[in-house]
Amino acid sequence: MIRHWRLFVDSTFLYRFRRDKVAIASFSLLLLMVLLSFSSPLIAPFDPYDPAQIDIMDSDMPPAWQAEGEPRFPLGTDAQGRDMLSTILYGTRISITIGLFAVLLQSILGISLGLIAGYFGGRIDAFLMRLADIQLSFSTLMVAIIVLAIFQASFGTELYNELAIFMLILVIGIAEWPQYARTVRASVLAEKKKEYVDAVRVIGLGSGQIMFRHILPNTLSPILVISTVQVANAIMSEAALSFLGLGMPVNKPSLGSLINSGFEYILSGSWWITAFPALVLVLLVLVINLLGDWLRDVLNPKLYKD
Amino acid sequence: MPILEIKNLEVRFPMRGGELIAIRDISFSIDRGERLGIVGESGAGKSVAAFAILRLIGRPGYISGGQILFEGNDLARLSPEQLRQFRGNQITMIFQDPMMTLNPVLTIGTQMIECLQTHRGMGRKQARKVAVEKLRRVAIPSPEARIDQYPHELSGGMRQRVVIAIALLTDPAIIIADEPTTALDVTIQAEIMELLLALCETHQVALILITHDLGVVSEITQRAIVMYAGRIVEEGPTRDIIERARHPYTHGLIDALPERTHPGQRLNQIPGSMPSLVDIPPGCAFHPRCEHVTDLCQTRVPGYTLLDHARVACHWVAAQEQS
Repeated sequence: MIRHWRLFVDSTFLYRFRRDKVAIASFSLLLLMVLLSFSSPLIAPFDPYDPAQIDIMDSDMPPAWQAEGEPRFPLGTDAQGRDMLSTILYGTRISITIGLFAVLLQSILGISLGLIAGYFGGRIDAFLMRLADIQLSFSTLMVAIIVLAIFQASFGTELYNELAIFMLILVIGIAEWPQYARTVRASVLAEKKKEYVDAVRVIGLGSGQIMFRHILPNTLSPILVISTVQVANAIMSEAALSFLGLGMPVNKPSLGSLINSGFEYILSGSWWITAFPALVLVLLVLVINLLGDWLRDVLNPKLYKD
Repeated sequence: MPILEIKNLEVRFPMRGGELIAIRDISFSIDRGERLGIVGESGAGKSVAAFAILRLIGRPGYISGGQILFEGNDLARLSPEQLRQFRGNQITMIFQDPMMTLNPVLTIGTQMIECLQTHRGMGRKQARKVAVEKLRRVAIPSPEARIDQYPHELSGGMRQRVVIAIALLTDPAIIIADEPTTALDVTIQAEIMELLLALCETHQVALILITHDLGVVSEITQRAIVMYAGRIVEEGPTRDIIERARHPYTHGLIDALPERTHPGQRLNQIPGSMPSLVDIPPGCAFHPRCEHVTDLCQTRVPGYTLLDHARVACHWVAAQEQS
């Protein structure tokens, strides 16, 4: 354990991180957002899920620094009288959760199928990759909209609202597996030709063990890079679906549904309902993408400059 | 009673417009504890033969005929599951480049332990003990510490020692070494070969050494096989082959050794180069480069002429023997 910690401290990875201002800034901002949003039940001034704390009389209040604002609601309130700051904190938590779990699902599906396709090759490979091609030819959003709309129509809004978070994870997770499968397959094809794979075959290990214990760890760097980008993508997809009214319900808003709920009032002057969640969303996605770019540069030895 | 017997082995690679026969009609056997060398130029089919024994021919190549009998089991016909009982257990292999044969992201201990877990069903602790023991056997200093290191932390020679230790893990009956020292520098080469020789002698392990270094073959092996264009052209006791080569090709190879010429003299060489496997000349594949070529050589593939302990595939030798 100590040895691993020492290896980490001495690594080029940490060294490069400490010398990159953008990476440090993005990482701290991301960490801040994650910490704040996941501790929202403790730090948020209000609980937006508790109807008892919402007063319709407080609705549509501008941010505290404006003339009609109240210091109770630093970022104002929305049309239902919910405190924007608390709602954004809770919403960010939901967005990040959906992003992470959707990517987890994607990666499990995509990595397994990509490994199998790359390792066994031949017909299995052709079949899986054509499947991926077909799936990629539909846009993620289109598939998600169709699936979610059918679900909503057939099981009713009540049940849908309860299961929305799982449905979103499932739909976004399944819709994007080809991204992983393709990346993993490509690296597997390169790794498979290396002699150490022959060597472990000589040792007599089974295919499963060779794929997951020996080849997979060698394909981790591209996986890490697309994982960061995919988290950002999943958060965006979720926001887009919620904005279209197919995502998180209004009483449990994610960033996307918050943006949507404020959209109706934006012309009547209540810009803050849409603007603040949108700002948080943009910042979150930007920061994750910047980290992903940085990671790609660090993990690619060909780009070493110094 | 030979421990491994190869009978009429043939390996083909399907290609656009026909199949390429990489090795044809190869038969040889090796006894328990015997050391056999396979020599030949690049492309003669040495490595393909070695890979074929373990059924490791990469697609699209396949074994198109013959038998690989290990203690009576035909490895060419076993199911993949059955094959795994032999591969890595009874027969192991050492590859050319120790930089490439160890997985860069796993510690050497992990790689050794999982081999023992698969074949011996050992627990982690016990497997680790055995692994440390084997590392000590290949003269790696402080193996208890080395076992937790990653391949990149070791030098080339060390890595090849680790590879040998992995090959020895399951106390195999046969080790196939495919040019085990080509990637190492000369002093390390000698050390590794000595180690390999000592290990094979003390443990009664049969060694199939594939190399193009006749010096190494003469030091290590008892018997040698010379391959040319996918066929065995000569087989016999190493000493005889080195000192009294019968086949013109073997003769040429030995003559080409720098030791055979005086300083300042031009090095001997075999004129021409080995034919591509796509268009092997009819008759004896060596005839375009042979100094003793006759009409018969150009039309008929020579059969084996049996000598005392050896066999040679050459019309010229056959004619000499008859007269």
